[in-house]
Amino acid sequence: MTAVTAARRPGDAGDAVGGVVPREVVRPGTVEEVAEVLRAAAAEGRAVVPVGGRSKLTWAAPPESCDLLVDLTGLDRVVEHVAGDLTVVAEAGVRLADLQAQVGEAGQLLGLDPPEDGATLGGIVSANASGPRRLRYGTTRDLLIGITVVLADGTVAHAGGKVVKNVAGYDLGKLFTGAHGTLGVVASTTWRLHPVPPARRVVTLEVPDAAAAGPLSIALARSTLTPSAVELVGSAGGAARLIVLFESIAESVAGQARAAVALLGGGEESEDLPGDLGRRPGGADDVLLRLAYAPASLSAVLAALPAGTAVAAHAATGVSYAAVPAAEAADALPRLRAALAPHDGTAVVLRAPEAVRDSLDHWGPVGDSLDLMRRVKERFDPERRMSPGRFVGGV
Amino acid sequence: MTTTAGTTTAGTTTAGTAVAEPVRSDRTAALADRLRRAVGTERVLTDRTQVRTYECDGLANFKVTPAIVVLAESRQHVVDTVRLCAEAGVPFVARGSGTGLSGGALPSADGVLLVLSRLRTLSPVDADNRQVTVEPGVINLWVTRDAAPHDLAYAPDPSSQLVCSIGGNVAENAGGAHCLKYGFTVNHVLGAEVVLPDGEVVHLGGRAPEHPGYDLLGAFIGSEGTLGVATELTLRLIRVPEAVQTMLVGYSSVEDAAGTVSDIIAAGILPAAVEMMDALAIEAAEAAVSCGYPEGAVAVLVIELDGPRVEVEAQFAQVEEIARARNAFETRIAADDAERALMWKGRKSAFAAVGRISPSYFVQDGVIPRTKLPEVLTEMKRMADEKGLRVANVFHAGDGNLHPLVLFDDAVEGQAHEAEELAGDILELCVTSGGSITGEHGVGSEKRMKMAKQFTPEDLDTMQLLRCAFDPDGIANPGKVFPTPRLCGERPGVRKGEHPVQAAGLGEVF
Ligand SMILES: Cc1cc2nc3c(=O)[nH]c(=O)nc-3n(C[C@H](O)[C@H](O)[C@H](O)COP(=O)(O)OP(=O)(O)OC[C@H]3O[C@@H](n4cnc5c(N)ncnc54)[C@H](O)[C@@H]3O)c2cc1C
Ligand SMILES: Cc1cc2nc3c(=O)[nH]c(=O)nc-3n(C[C@H](O)[C@H](O)[C@H](O)COP(=O)(O)OP(=O)(O)OC[C@H]3O[C@@H](n4cnc5c(N)ncnc54)[C@H](O)[C@@H]3O)c2cc1C
Repeated sequence: MTAVTAARRPGDAGDAVGGVVPREVVRPGTVEEVAEVLRAAAAEGRAVVPVGGRSKLTWAAPPESCDLLVDLTGLDRVVEHVAGDLTVVAEAGVRLADLQAQVGEAGQLLGLDPPEDGATLGGIVSANASGPRRLRYGTTRDLLIGITVVLADGTVAHAGGKVVKNVAGYDLGKLFTGAHGTLGVVASTTWRLHPVPPARRVVTLEVPDAAAAGPLSIALARSTLTPSAVELVGSAGGAARLIVLFESIAESVAGQARAAVALLGGGEESEDLPGDLGRRPGGADDVLLRLAYAPASLSAVLAALPAGTAVAAHAATGVSYAAVPAAEAADALPRLRAALAPHDGTAVVLRAPEAVRDSLDHWGPVGDSLDLMRRVKERFDPERRMSPGRFVGGV
Repeated sequence: MTTTAGTTTAGTTTAGTAVAEPVRSDRTAALADRLRRAVGTERVLTDRTQVRTYECDGLANFKVTPAIVVLAESRQHVVDTVRLCAEAGVPFVARGSGTGLSGGALPSADGVLLVLSRLRTLSPVDADNRQVTVEPGVINLWVTRDAAPHDLAYAPDPSSQLVCSIGGNVAENAGGAHCLKYGFTVNHVLGAEVVLPDGEVVHLGGRAPEHPGYDLLGAFIGSEGTLGVATELTLRLIRVPEAVQTMLVGYSSVEDAAGTVSDIIAAGILPAAVEMMDALAIEAAEAAVSCGYPEGAVAVLVIELDGPRVEVEAQFAQVEEIARARNAFETRIAADDAERALMWKGRKSAFAAVGRISPSYFVQDGVIPRTKLPEVLTEMKRMADEKGLRVANVFHAGDGNLHPLVLFDDAVEGQAHEAEELAGDILELCVTSGGSITGEHGVGSEKRMKMAKQFTPEDLDTMQLLRCAFDPDGIANPGKVFPTPRLCGERPGVRKGEHPVQAAGLGEVF
């Protein structure tokens, strides 16, 4: 790695990815430096793991090896914000919070709200992270309009562009979304922005049984109300809160909140966001799962979880997070996957205490496209050096 | 670009239209026999006059007669056809309704044209999940028709929605007037069953919003038939909004119309649609459908807001105020559905309408950042004047998607060529303005050479890696999208035997 100009140092325990300590850590400052680093790594056949805010590097399966940790936080420039076009170009290491602050000055926002502190744009894209407002704004695949990536061999490639509407060429942004660094490094991102809504109103309904939220969420989704988020926070088989968030002009949120109370048959109105809105449930001793399923099957999903499991659900979109006590996880996971299957549901292990981590099938079955995914991986990273082993498809 | 005279896009002849003859070889003859045995004689056409029906799509100045046409009626027919093509090494091209405007469904002379328009089944609407599963030949508008009794709708609404197919929409990532608020086809497709170019069937996405693994569905949508054939699609439906209000605004200058669009966005309002037409386009629409647009307008905007009633009413008033401040000389508000339909009729018929004021024209599709609208229009006018040609402009102003219609007369020697050149120059103007060579019609055959203006060789090679993963032999819609074909070579890095982690029962490792 003699030709590399980027700052580098030996890795230590604090750099470990899922317990694997990298031999070396490099922190490039520009896209060109990322390319230089990857070219050098290619020449030496090194295994590379790209990281952003490292907010969740203990999550998921550890890499089989990690010679080189590429820290993207040096790529921290907001390159171009054109308020009139509602677009922004920002490098991968920019923290979401910093980007929101900057575009917020123009009354705009990026419609992503994953709860992890310090998350970078590259990390959010690569983990396909999202939060409660996905109901309104969608996820990375709906908001990312352009991307610059650096492939395993150092090739720098762009796709998409700076305009919201664009169908020229394949949309590589989609391919890199949720790819967890296994296809290459995300170096720069271009996004579609939205105006910050001027007013907010929150309706909170306590339900004695979380499953009651299923039909209520369906009713909300089929109504003409346009909530930004419909969240369920509570425990499977136990009490829960259904939180409905309206964000628009003052007249609209007031009217919609009233209508929501009528539709739900109750609920408290407030202007304040609950502090735990969007927070992932459970603690360090739990196995944190991400469940995704056809949205109307929320009640069935809750019924399939071990009673008492802490849950935070995006109730109207078909995504829930559940914290299963570590001791129960190995038993519960296969049963849960079987129960979710009729609803096109899947359960992914996001975080697991070390003691049980290696005994769990993190990603679960992937379906009949697994071989195709493997072929994609082989084309982009034929030597299998990018985050090897982190992204696991089912048996 | 399409050359159109009159009201339909297909079947017009223009200067430079040469029909490539089908290539009949022993290879295709043997394939035709095998296809007949597999899918039935009546579904395999090789007769010259019959296959000529399929020689072009909506872009009538490119024509190629296919060697073989297969009219699939089931997924199995698609699988059999694709597999037999793969075995024979013969290219195939999928075709939906053939309304594409970039020559995407242009046949291969030595290949099979696989027609999907008979795959027309819609499953019952799943109202609680707001989804519906359809076959690829289903017409766009049928989806909303079936969804309507449940107060649901399919958001992507290309102007061709009466005739274009969902399979074609998915392949082109089709847009429509309401993209500004609702997004494109890619934002409304949850799952696809795809027959890969080797005949293998895979399911990408599904009924849930997320699945572990790469988002191959996202990559497939908009791939213009080059990654495989969609045989079933699961679509997301939206709740029909409580209120919809539409206004038609007349301006004496294009700058004021464009300024109105900017001011609406700056005010934090996200309309469902903002469409713009210039004087020439208005003249054409008036001649064709008597839509009664404001007389003497140099530009009109059709602005539609939808959502909760209180919100729409408040913002509608705000938009009226913005338009007035930008010197709108006439503002009409649709009082009912009939009036709204008339406002939209002028806009939606605009392409065909231009046939009323010009013997022929090219439809162009490019994108610019919305804020560059006034300067790009001025430059476009200068370029047209220089060539002594007229350009009518119809566009999705909200998202900067331009559809310049370059008018010309075939009868004038050399004018078709000049017009084609101008249409090409306009695209380059879009790219240098920070935009794109296509916002919704796709690259197809027509714009593949222009890809190099927008992307570097590295960008294109990287895209081709995806192509090689799906279609290593390059038999799915070859010669489209990319300026140069790429030989994929051996499948790289194929591991023999089992990986240790896999052997340990933990799954397939990337
Ligand atoms: C395995 C895993 C699964 C997750 N799944 C979800 C989920 O389903 N939904 C959700 O809302 N949140 C999910 N998260 C949470 C998510 O990590 C955070 O919200 C966000 O990604 C953190 O950003 P970061 O910058 O801290 O990323 P990091 O913690 O530094 O990295 C996160 C992941 O992205 C990769 N990565 C980071 N930057 C780059 C880059 N520039 N180029 C290429 N790869 C990069 C890393 O290798 C790592 O796999 C997941 C996190 C992990 C680790
Ligand atoms: C008057 C007019 C107005 C139009 N307005 C709009 C508009 O507002 N917005 C817009 O986006 N487009 C518009 N178009 C363009 C066109 O209608 C769209 O591109 C449409 O999506 C094409 O659908 P189709 O069924 O006709 O596809 P075809 O033309 O048959 O095929 C288009 C492409 O899709 C591929 N394909 C077709 N079916 C499949 C399948 N099942 N699997 C894989 N690949 C497949 C073909 O190989 C080809 O590359 C317009 C066209 C016309 C003539």
